[in-house]
This record gives sequence, C-alpha cells and structure tokens, in this order.
Amino acid sequence: MKSLEELRALREKMKSQTDNRSVASGDETVIKVGMATCGIAAGARPVLDALLDEADKRHLHNVSISQTGCIGMCRLEPIVEVYKGGNKYTYVHMTPEKARKVMVEHVVNGNVCKEFLVGENS
Amino acid sequence: MRELALNILDIAENSLSAGATLIEIAVTADFAADRMRIAIRDNGKGMSAEMLARVTDPFTTTRTTRKVGMGLPLFKYSAESAGGSFHIESEEGKGTYVWAEYCISHVDRMPLGDFGGVILQLITQNPSVDFSVFAANGERDGALDTRDVRDILGDIPFNTPEVRSFLKEYIKENLTDIFGGRL
Repeated sequence: MKSLEELRALREKMKSQTDNRSVASGDETVIKVGMATCGIAAGARPVLDALLDEADKRHLHNVSISQTGCIGMCRLEPIVEVYKGGNKYTYVHMTPEKARKVMVEHVVNGNVCKEFLVGENS
Repeated sequence: MRELALNILDIAENSLSAGATLIEIAVTADFAADRMRIAIRDNGKGMSAEMLARVTDPFTTTRTTRKVGMGLPLFKYSAESAGGSFHIESEEGKGTYVWAEYCISHVDRMPLGDFGGVILQLITQNPSVDFSVFAANGERDGALDTRDVRDILGDIPFNTPEVRSFLKEYIKENLTDIFGGRL
C-alpha cells in the first residue's frame, strides 16, 4: 500500500527536475472550468479530468488548468474558458470528448473550435 | 447531482468560498447497521443564525448574480430522500459543519460515485488550503492529511504530474478501497 514514505523518495527524485520545469515560456494558456453547483451537476468534473489528462499526456507545461465559480450562464454549463494569445474563448455545453478536442485543436495547434463557442450555442 | 461525491465537492466549494484554510471531510459506513454518513467541517467565516435558518431554502444564496442557490438544498434532499437526515451547524467567524446520514440500502440513495476523484481534484486545485480526509467502514479506516504531505513536499506543488499521480494512487488505496465499491 502507498505510504507517505514513498512520497519522501519521490521528492528527492524531483528536486533535480524542478528547475527545468519552471522555465515555462511567456505565452501561457490559462484554462478555467466552472465548478459551482450548476457546473458540477452538468458534468464539469469529468470535463476538468479530461483537460488535466490531455495536458499530462502531452506534457503541456505552459498550460495552467484551474477551476472557478459560477460563470453566470448556468444553462450552458459545463463551461470552459480558454485564455490564449490575449483573447478569451468561452466554450459551452462541454463534454470530456469536446474538451479533449479543444485541447488538441485549440490549445496545442492554435485552431479555435468555433462550433463549441458560446456564440454558436446560445 | 448523480453522485454523493459531487455533493461533497459542491459543499467543499462553499467552504472554499467561505475562506476556509482547513476542510475536514469524512465518509463513514456501518454496513451492519446499514447506515453511512458524510461530514464536512471547515474553519471558514461561518454564518449568522439568521442565515443558518434559511440556508437550505433554494431561494437563499450568497451570490449576487441571481437569487437561487441549490448546493445545500440538493445535499439535504439526497439524504432525506434516502431514509436519512441532514444537519448543519455554523458559527460566525468559526466555521461550518455539515453532515448527512443515509440508509445504505435505500433504493433512492445515490451511489457515492468517484469519491477519490473529487478528493484529488479538491487537493490539487486548491493548493493553499489544507484537507483532512477520513474514510472508515467499521473494520478498517484510512486518512489523508495534506498538512503531512506538505511537510514532506516543501515547495513542490501538489499539481505537478508526479505528485498528482502519487496522490491518486494513495487516495485509491487508503480511502476509496475501504468501501470496496459497495457504496
């Protein structure tokens, strides 16, 4: 069974790596997932999990993924906001599959997934 | 809400909004007595007696954007529709304590769901807040206290991939496996 002792060993191993990690480029992408009652009930948790999973899988160190409160359009939840290149993109009615597509198409390749944006769906 | 774990997430989010620095979450099951209990205690700003009296009314909320707040009412409903009960205590400046009991075998009791995933999310997404999580089934119990993890990790953040995957395994083996999928 996993114990906190293993964590101590992990820390020793990671000490040498932390320096490389902090050299992130200036063009960081920030992603926020609405995680209030409305978002949670609509399925925001699996969406957040999918985003984190894609970021891990693709080793995207210049992407910051976090959660936020109610974004204000409860009927369009789950909502994912992507801040990239000085712009904000609001993706609505997200699912884990759509979230993965946004990660690949938009965050990695820079092509906005227009079909999921709020303007197309409200 | 389709999982009790999502209710836990939602109530813990309230604690975070209340400025809590420590959130204690306990899920305990007594299979012999057919009862389970979910408890969430925080050291946030708490609320007045007047607010406490109407906090489970869906038309009460601290939000200013609209007049409905469904978190606590949904949690209360999840327990009361499953042969259980709901309780809340709060004191301004001290914190809030919410707990609910369920009849495990009740046909309308929601499954616990992805409890481990919710705990992992809370811990990794809120690095400045401490969580003390406890799970017990009457025979065996397990715990995770982020203060212990913080002592070991120092300045390495909880959301680095290596730490996250350690925590994921740790939570599974020490917390969720205790229920063996029976909740």
